[in-house]
Amino acid sequence: MAHEQFFIDPFNVFLVTLTAFVGFTTSLFSRPYMRVEVARGRLTPGRLRLFHSMYQLFMATMLTALTTNNLGLLWVMMEAATLSTVLLVTLYRTPAALEAGWKYFILCGVGIAQALFGTILLYFAAEKVLGAAGVSALLWTHLDAVKDELEPVVLGLAFVFLLVGYGTKAGLAPLHNWLPDAHAEGPTPISAVLSGLLLNVAIYAVVRCKVLVEGSLHSPLPSRMLMGFGLLSVVLAAFFLWRQRDIKRLFAYSSIEHMGIIAFAFGMGGAVANFAALLHMTVHSLTKSAIFFAVGHAAQKTGTQIMERIRGLITTSPTVGWGLMLGSLAILGLPPFGVFASEFLILTTAMREQPWATPILLAGLGVAFAAIFGRVQPMVFGETTAKRLPHPPALLPVFVHLALVLMLGLFIPPWLAEWYRAAAHLIGGQ
Amino acid sequence: MTALPLDLQILNALAALLLLVSFAMLSQRRIVTLVSLLALQGALLCAATLLLAWRTGENHLYLSAALTLALKVIFLPWLLYRLIRRLGVYWDTEPLLNISGTMLVGLLIVVFAFGLAQPIAALASTAMRSAIGIAVAVVLLAFLTMITRRKAMSQVVGFLSMENGLFFGAMSATYGMPMIVELGVALDVLVAMLVLGVFFFQIREQFDSLDLHHLEALKEED
Repeated sequence: MAHEQFFIDPFNVFLVTLTAFVGFTTSLFSRPYMRVEVARGRLTPGRLRLFHSMYQLFMATMLTALTTNNLGLLWVMMEAATLSTVLLVTLYRTPAALEAGWKYFILCGVGIAQALFGTILLYFAAEKVLGAAGVSALLWTHLDAVKDELEPVVLGLAFVFLLVGYGTKAGLAPLHNWLPDAHAEGPTPISAVLSGLLLNVAIYAVVRCKVLVEGSLHSPLPSRMLMGFGLLSVVLAAFFLWRQRDIKRLFAYSSIEHMGIIAFAFGMGGAVANFAALLHMTVHSLTKSAIFFAVGHAAQKTGTQIMERIRGLITTSPTVGWGLMLGSLAILGLPPFGVFASEFLILTTAMREQPWATPILLAGLGVAFAAIFGRVQPMVFGETTAKRLPHPPALLPVFVHLALVLMLGLFIPPWLAEWYRAAAHLIGGQ
Repeated sequence: MTALPLDLQILNALAALLLLVSFAMLSQRRIVTLVSLLALQGALLCAATLLLAWRTGENHLYLSAALTLALKVIFLPWLLYRLIRRLGVYWDTEPLLNISGTMLVGLLIVVFAFGLAQPIAALASTAMRSAIGIAVAVVLLAFLTMITRRKAMSQVVGFLSMENGLFFGAMSATYGMPMIVELGVALDVLVAMLVLGVFFFQIREQFDSLDLHHLEALKEED
């Protein structure tokens, strides 16, 4: 059965593509960016080597987690992803970075231990149906084929642990505490891949498990739990956004909010909501990593991450200013960007299927809009006494990402729409 | 009521000892002793795995017993002892909740764990299904150890004890996970400890101590 350990289906194919693409552009961004950090004396060449090797290891774990058919191996890779990034979060060795790294390690370690318990329970239920041969009982395709026969009591219990475990990694409230710290204190390329890729893969793991559990339980319990955690994350993040002074923390909370929206959409289920959630995963990942690239340059040029001290980017460095402004508008869901399309689909589906949740979602989005736009606007257009920088930074990845998000808002290529549709069907779009 | 066969009696006794060690960890403030208790827990786990392997004839259990012996009884305790010596942290400070209070909470947790394990144990067909409750209790007690301690080192011991509990749970419910997963988990634990070793030195270099109250600066600002 060795040939069944890895697989590609409509659900993971677009995530693999997205992960490889964002991983590639982030590495293009990180080379000059990290070089400046070394030149400024924040890093030694040895630590730069650590950064680049751990970055590659992290990409390997992400891609293995996405393509493996074995739920046990998926767990192993999620844990390995944490381990490979812990030393990257603490790369600058400042007290704050060490604290962020420790929090990241312990919270994600404990969280992922819950997911291991959930995986054990899943195996326990599967073994009864698929036999103790041991090899096939954790393969997702085999489990999916027999999900009706799996013991519902055990699977229900397993899902609670799996959701808490992988939910911690996805930054769902109330277990999101590690996320803003790790994003703010780690180097910017790591913030970009944590937000853009790791969170997606964690949500992917939750959804894979949800398909199995829902098939066995025949009750809306897993969906309701996902919706509940999702809404809680949206609301909590929206209000924490107001209290931020650090620009990277601001966008980290925005990631929590968007993960909440995605979890809520997957919780609603059905062909349209699943389609929208998949689209939202794609556009959020592209936009958020673009924003972090721009933020990284802005923070590097002004030498601070405190928003009050960053002013007038449009005069000092127009490309960074425009990148940040357009990225923020895109992430806030303004048309014609792709985030608008997916959020619109999610909201209209919510109005039809879960009308009670619509005002909560709208309020969350509105509050987030005011919080982020109110802070980004003076950073870009505010008065400044700083001089215009002589050389424009290389921001190609930012504009490539934003162009793709714009394109997805106006036109989704048929083959991509077909992937989404097939994936939405696979994860339970009736 | 018929008496259980001798090997099952021994297995249940080992499970009970595991729970006892978890309680000892909860009350222990000397970090060196805490690591010794962790090694003891590993040894009990290894013995239980061996006995189960012999009883069921499942060959892969011998391999996981060997893995447990190498990693949890020998290597990790050695690594932790070395870290303790080189960092000079021998005592944890007063726990956040006093010891008798923690013990009472621990008792409640055990009752809860057995309640949680009831539906699983009822479905299990393995010889050790009665031990599933104990495994859940070990995991939750380790969690309690982690949240009541201030020193980074004690939290790590709690983390490893939690992993022991999960391993024991997998063993008593299903005779262990597939080999590839078990190997992967062991590798992750190993790497986690090595990363932590590096990490501890970074913390020490920065703060001159491993007390976690230094790591409480990152809070939401008002």
